[in-house]
Amino acid sequence: MSELVALGKAGAAIRKANADGRGALVGYLPAGYPSYDGGIDGIKAMIDGGVDVIEIGLPYSDPVMDGPTIQRATEIARAAGLRTRDVLSTVEKVASYSDVPVLVMTYWNPIERYGVDRFAADFAGVGGAGLITPDLIPDEGAEWIAAADKNELDKVFLVSPSSTDERIKLTTAACRGFVYATAVMGVTGARETPSDLAPPLVERTKAVTGIPVGVGLGVSNGDQAAAIAAYADAVIVGSALVKAAADGPAAVRALTEELAEGVRREPSAAAGR
Amino acid sequence: MSTVLPDQLGHFGRFGGRFMPEALIAPLDELTKAWQEAMADKEFTDEFERMLREYIGAPSLLYDATRLSDVAGARILLKREDLNHTGAHKIRNAIGQALLTKRMGKTRVIAETGAGQHGVATATACAYLDLECVVYMGEVDTERQALNVARMKLLGAEVISVKTGSRTLKDAINEALRDWVASVDKTHYILGTAAGSHPFPAMVRDFVRGIGDEAREQSLELLGKLPDAAVASVGGGSNAIGLFAAFIPDTDVKLYGIEPGGDGFETGRHAATITAGQVGVLHGARSFLLQDEDGQTMESHSISAGLDYPGVGPEHAWLAETGRASYRPITDAEAMEAFRLLSRTEGIIPAIESAHAVAGALDIAKELGPEATILINLSGRGDKDMDTAVSWFGLIDGEAAGRE
Repeated sequence: MSELVALGKAGAAIRKANADGRGALVGYLPAGYPSYDGGIDGIKAMIDGGVDVIEIGLPYSDPVMDGPTIQRATEIARAAGLRTRDVLSTVEKVASYSDVPVLVMTYWNPIERYGVDRFAADFAGVGGAGLITPDLIPDEGAEWIAAADKNELDKVFLVSPSSTDERIKLTTAACRGFVYATAVMGVTGARETPSDLAPPLVERTKAVTGIPVGVGLGVSNGDQAAAIAAYADAVIVGSALVKAAADGPAAVRALTEELAEGVRREPSAAAGR
Repeated sequence: MSTVLPDQLGHFGRFGGRFMPEALIAPLDELTKAWQEAMADKEFTDEFERMLREYIGAPSLLYDATRLSDVAGARILLKREDLNHTGAHKIRNAIGQALLTKRMGKTRVIAETGAGQHGVATATACAYLDLECVVYMGEVDTERQALNVARMKLLGAEVISVKTGSRTLKDAINEALRDWVASVDKTHYILGTAAGSHPFPAMVRDFVRGIGDEAREQSLELLGKLPDAAVASVGGGSNAIGLFAAFIPDTDVKLYGIEPGGDGFETGRHAATITAGQVGVLHGARSFLLQDEDGQTMESHSISAGLDYPGVGPEHAWLAETGRASYRPITDAEAMEAFRLLSRTEGIIPAIESAHAVAGALDIAKELGPEATILINLSGRGDKDMDTAVSWFGLIDGEAAGRE
């Protein structure tokens, strides 16, 4: 596509991977899990293992989009007293560790409470690249969109198998970085079988936008990552990495390496990008 | 009569809206369309009204509470929603949404419940209309309200005990939303209060507004005029908005929402969301909520399980901000005193939720004076609260006179 695409920082990293003939790997871990320092070590292990984009979860009391694995991990982080400022300091430590773009995935209220402008400025100040906002739709996002634009932060909104073409258009037009396509109708968590809803969603999304499309929800191993990388620009992995984080950074790194190998299979598929 | 608000996206001023996963936006749009079409379809509204009349016993009585009035020092009228089938106003909303579920061609219903009243109402509506019913209830609440769990099961519902988070009402809502994201093709979520994402606050209001519509007509019949004040308890806010909706345009009628003050506002152990909360986003809408400095939801406390919720419906936030209604807390102790007072003066044992409204009205009566007529929504009956009353008053065996 020749239109001007709002690649931002995460989108540039994804396109760089795509240019190498492979899918990009986006890895998620919540801040503060299994402990504050352990969380930082886990995220660094994802970087060492080869992720292209980092997603740090901001633990929240009412995570309606999350399944049991991420719920439990974020409850542990909150019970240990993790604060929003600790998420920011986690971002700072991870962002200074490498050039991998660092996004934060957060439910909306903690940002609204912090102050949207103030958060955007502080977050950009510690090296954050942007936010993924699972319960904020662009229709309600004017304040965030303005603050993100002012601070040159990525805005990753979600599209879903239930989204109409009209909503996909509206949503992707508001994104910078990439658009997060949820592969299933459901919450986060590893799934055995591949989603048959994701390929048509990616196809519908690519029909209206040139912005990179990342597919998440349910991806847990190298084979699944390879299958998704065949049709999507980026593969997003969360719960499986959270499970690995319980066993420490070495386990996170091992799984990340497997996933990174997965997105490097099937080089022929990248030609279609 | 229709209310202008909310706007097309569900905003009441700066409150309300849709803070929901994208996966639910298209289903919420479909629901909004189905609800608006249904409300404009005389066949649907006639059927709903017939069910209210023949099945739940509407219109509920407007009762002139003369002995309570003597004590209060003003004329008190009670809207007897406690006499509805299943014992509370909640059945109006459950029947309305269940009927809408049928109209949308969906076969499965999910619901959340705290004390179990909305769960029982939904299980009842599903039995009546032949729908599959799953009720999410916090584990703590299933233990506190074992009798209501049994009622729901007897009515054919599956009750799922929610073991995540604080294991109470807000977590039951979270779990119901998680179910709904994965099942929305065939499933309707019957939210139990006038809160949440658009269209729920407006839709629930429309299904329960019969409370105020009936009471307004009954007041004109009984008094030849409107009451001076309308008073209702506010948790999520469905019984209050059900009473208020008809009176919002009648600017001479003062509207009072009574919030659960728990152990007292100053102790921090309460659920007085508007009185003590701040603006934020919870469960799909912007409103007042109890939250900490970081925007994490705080646990609420009230002796009344039905009011024990850290959020409140967005229309109440708007009514408070515009000054059209005022909101004030009543403590557990004040509510229980009113619970006993109504029992002894009128022979009516109210739900503890409704006892908050009675307690609030006693204060309002002093403020408005002896010429005033005060309408109270007696939203539910107190059978479900007898265990609480037994331990509060020490009613069984040698527990002396309790807090006499």
